[in-house]
Amino acid sequence: MTLIAVLDYGIGNLRSAQKALEHVGADARLTADHGLIADAAGVVLPGVGAFGPCMDALGDAGLRDIAYEAASAAAEGNGRPFLGVCVGMQMLFDGSDETPDAQGLGVLPGRSTLLPDSVKRPQMQWNVVDWTTGSRLAEAQPDPCWMYFVHSFAVVASQDSDVAATCSYGRPDVAAAVERGVLWATQFHPEKSSRNGLALLDNFLNACA
Amino acid sequence: MQTARVIPCLDVTAGRVVKGVNFVDLRDAGDPVELAARYDAEGADELVFLDITASSDARNTMVDVVARTAEEVFIPLTVGGGIRTVDDARTMLRAGADKVSLNTAAIDRPEVISEVASEFGTQCAVVAIDARRRDASVPSQGWGVFTHGGRNPTQLDAIEWAVQAVARGAGEILLTSMDRDGTRDGFDLELTNAISSALNVPVIASGGVGKLSHLVDGVIKGGADAVLAASIFHFGEYSVAEAKQEMAAAGIAVRPA
Repeated sequence: MTLIAVLDYGIGNLRSAQKALEHVGADARLTADHGLIADAAGVVLPGVGAFGPCMDALGDAGLRDIAYEAASAAAEGNGRPFLGVCVGMQMLFDGSDETPDAQGLGVLPGRSTLLPDSVKRPQMQWNVVDWTTGSRLAEAQPDPCWMYFVHSFAVVASQDSDVAATCSYGRPDVAAAVERGVLWATQFHPEKSSRNGLALLDNFLNACA
Repeated sequence: MQTARVIPCLDVTAGRVVKGVNFVDLRDAGDPVELAARYDAEGADELVFLDITASSDARNTMVDVVARTAEEVFIPLTVGGGIRTVDDARTMLRAGADKVSLNTAAIDRPEVISEVASEFGTQCAVVAIDARRRDASVPSQGWGVFTHGGRNPTQLDAIEWAVQAVARGAGEILLTSMDRDGTRDGFDLELTNAISSALNVPVIASGGVGKLSHLVDGVIKGGADAVLAASIFHFGEYSVAEAKQEMAAAGIAVRPA
């Protein structure tokens, strides 16, 4: 079985990401163990809650450098596949208006801004994900592709080429997924998106194998 | 696109679903895990488990139910009933719940809302409000907040309490009309609309659903972001898929089953 390290930095519900990966056949470990993370074929950075506390918790767990290095190598295409989820996607960028003083990992350029006032926040619903590139993660996804979102802030990527999927919520181009090399991240929660989410995680697992 | 959610609610005690369930093709219709999987397959957008017992033994049973559900069902799960502290919330979240619903505990000590929100994020702090008209003959008196299944009145006004709960960090309001709960007469649309238009966070309408058109009304007339129902789904009268078809036919954006 393919070993996937789900970075454990003590926030919220990390179990569901691990369980969903197990469900699609991964040997998924919720871990902060550097050796185990080094041995993994793929790395997952989940995230729930606010941006600043997540960055702080990642640092407190001693995982900031490891996350940065793994994500950077993946972005360059010569590392292991890496998947950020929700705040785990936002953390890959430079920062967030949610916690302006907190530094993101800065693997990808851009920052998160508040969703428009014209819609309820958080976006807490299923929405259609429009895959703008032929992402490997989107293989075998139905059209329309529904996924579950929970967020009030959304990434505004500096480079359009990093955006792999969008959804419409208050504005038409909310970043729903990003991709560079074998670095992927989703604003939605694949581990909470039933069949479609499990299929996406299966695609990620296949990329790791 | 803003889409409405359909949320079946399961009342659970001692690890079993109560309010008799009537799915002929389930091996064990009283098993919350099996029922949750069934609703997921039918296209439920989220699930709510309401722990209607209060003893500490039952609490451990509920944790086990949540953990077993999280192994098999991959849609959002909210757990309510008896959650009083950040530690209670943490236990449920670590077991696999995505959100916790606070009701009486938030009324007794509103600080718990901000404690849960700051520890785990506003998105997992749901505040459940049980509201009842103060005087049906004097609508201007509005709705009061009740506890203990609508038996015990508080001094709180439902709209003011909802606004305060959101200010303290609630990311969502689960609004139940105690006047309508169990009547099958439909949601209290006036109440739903009053709360929904006063807030900028999602509102789940609950209490009174007896037929599918009530779900449509909850969204279109009540302004609800999500609709919750129990018995119409449990008794097999309607499937979640049928509910969504009815809503879509009425022009509401929903995720198809």
